[in-house]
Amino acid sequence: MSESIKRQNKELSALNEDYAAKYGFHDPVNYFHKGAKGINHEVVEMISRMKKEPKWMAQKRHEALDIFLSKPIPQWGNTEMLNELDLDNIYYFMKPIEKQQHSWDDVPEYIKKTFDKLGIPEAERKFLGGVSAQYESEVVYHSMKQDLEKQGIIFLDMDTGLQKHGDLVKKYFGTVIPATDNKYAALNTSVWSGGSFLYIPPGVDVKIPLQAYFRINAENMGQFERTLIIADKGSRVHYIEGCTAPIYSTDSLHSGVIELIALEGAYIRYTTIQNWSNNIYNLVTQRAQAHKNATVEWVDGNLGSRLTMKYPCVQLVGEGARGEILSVAFAGTGQHQDAGAKIIHAAPNTSSRITSKSISKGKGRASYRGLVKIHKNAINSKASVECDALLIGEDARSDTYPTMEIDNEQVRVEHEARVSKVAEEQLFYLTSRGLTEDEARLLIVNGFMEPFTKELPLEYAVELNRLIELEMEGSVG
Amino acid sequence: MSDKKPLFVFKDVHVEVEGKEVVKGVSLTINKGEIHAVMGPNGSGKSSLSNALMGHPDYTITKGEVSLNGKNVKEMSADERSRAGMFLAFQYPTAIPGVSVANFLRTALKAHRGKDADMSDFRKLLKAEMKNLSIDPSFATRYLNDGFSGGEKKRVEILQMSILNPKIALLDETDSGLDIDALKTVSEGINRFHNEENGILLVTHYQRLLNYVKPDFVHVLMDGRFVKSGGPELALKLEESGYDWVENEIRQKAKV
Repeated sequence: MSESIKRQNKELSALNEDYAAKYGFHDPVNYFHKGAKGINHEVVEMISRMKKEPKWMAQKRHEALDIFLSKPIPQWGNTEMLNELDLDNIYYFMKPIEKQQHSWDDVPEYIKKTFDKLGIPEAERKFLGGVSAQYESEVVYHSMKQDLEKQGIIFLDMDTGLQKHGDLVKKYFGTVIPATDNKYAALNTSVWSGGSFLYIPPGVDVKIPLQAYFRINAENMGQFERTLIIADKGSRVHYIEGCTAPIYSTDSLHSGVIELIALEGAYIRYTTIQNWSNNIYNLVTQRAQAHKNATVEWVDGNLGSRLTMKYPCVQLVGEGARGEILSVAFAGTGQHQDAGAKIIHAAPNTSSRITSKSISKGKGRASYRGLVKIHKNAINSKASVECDALLIGEDARSDTYPTMEIDNEQVRVEHEARVSKVAEEQLFYLTSRGLTEDEARLLIVNGFMEPFTKELPLEYAVELNRLIELEMEGSVG
Repeated sequence: MSDKKPLFVFKDVHVEVEGKEVVKGVSLTINKGEIHAVMGPNGSGKSSLSNALMGHPDYTITKGEVSLNGKNVKEMSADERSRAGMFLAFQYPTAIPGVSVANFLRTALKAHRGKDADMSDFRKLLKAEMKNLSIDPSFATRYLNDGFSGGEKKRVEILQMSILNPKIALLDETDSGLDIDALKTVSEGINRFHNEENGILLVTHYQRLLNYVKPDFVHVLMDGRFVKSGGPELALKLEESGYDWVENEIRQKAKV
């Protein structure tokens, strides 16, 4: 046995101990048992039993599984790519030890290069490359955690949240996104693991953005993560999930569910940047409910993956509620970003704004799929939609599928859609000032993204710009 | 006359756009410290000439020589020409949404110097030059040419010239779309820039800019050729008698 394998085994067994200590999981036989591919009630039962969950959750999982099995694969969007995904050839629950099956050598070269160029630290690389289960951020997080606890804020991974705050979870879990919503939300409900649980007490203003990154580990970056955020009356929070570095996983499917609830007068901003490796199907359901005078903002960036289908939604259910969705998608060759936004106006005097930006490069394809629905009772509501697509190269593709359903006449709705190319005139203008053609093209792309990047915390904006720079390298107009 | 140092020289330049020859063999020598004006009616090839000299990929120089300080620039790309010391103030500057004037200028300076400009030095420089050109400080954070009026765009072109400080500046119809106050401000900017070491080529339809920026030589471009050259008085004569006058003169000559 080579030294490296020995060392790896040692690391893995150390990890095993750590996991047992942390999650109180003491069944060595089961622990090393390798789960089977595919999904059935036995798998769901095993997940629930291992997590020592309350009965109601187990029941939810089983019901959701039946819904998942009964629903057909969507017959819209990129059906060709969706049909290629073999749902029977996926592990639906992997114990951490099984997740560590690949070594650094297996991580694709382009991912490693990107880590190099972004200057990602060693410990983080292993985690992001799926080689190590734990990113050592505990130290950073620890002092912050105490501060949050003092304010009564609950910020836990979803599994722990369920264990410690069962009643709160039970009250809200699946109320915004029921398992019946769509096939992948049903799948998530039946096999979910990890994700974040966040509760902000009434009137509390969380001054610093809360980042899942602080407490990142394999569990909450899982395939089927489940996140639930509740901002109680008059509270404010900005939550940031994901990072710009590419995340490599051998799992081909990522299907998360994220539910946000902003109670009266509350404010939630949820910022995500995801950059999955380009083998991944990223089929995520994100939805928020904004009650009276509450505001929810989704700031959603999608890079990487093979196919992303993601349409952040805000339901404006209380009078005076406001929703905003700002999204950006970057599709390179072999990738399809089918992203968009949904706003449901279900109360009077509600307002919303959707800004969607997409960049398609090479043979990449970006689609905007959006819905604005204004119910009969939602009088004096305002909605605006703006879609901008930028094409780089002759083969890049962009499509727009906007839907408007307006059931009353006392509303103001604006819609604007633009498709542009990096114009020769822009390139000449910038090159005549001394920028090389690549520098000029990058500046134009960064400018195009500016309405999005300016909403990000500085370090994310800088990282995103660098990442776009890497994506743009050597691209031919 | 012996102290004249050639700065920017082009010889027998022919320019083609979409396979059509629009400039048919023009030559000019601009010495250090000189201002030349190229005047001509619409469609005479003025803009084609300035775009071609700057290296626009759609304007091909099919024949002739172009050099700056004795160095051949004809084979250079636009960005290389810029870094070699050439500048073109555009007739219709393009908008670059999302890129602020300050960010753009800093990026351009970096391209010229090969390194980032010191932040506080850059701010001082930008602030001073903007003040000189009566550009509101808020323009530093506005997106380049995005929603600017014609006059604002022209001022910002001159701002770029002042900051990049080229050896030869080609100013394409910089006076068009300016009211009298803006024309004065822009002219003052051009005069401030001008010194004994650099050169300016003004391309214009009208004489009025030349009331403020005094050319040493005036050349009349018609149908892709220089048909007449002279001193500043030529511009005045053109203003008075129009381009028909030159055309008639050419016809007369042809008869003789």
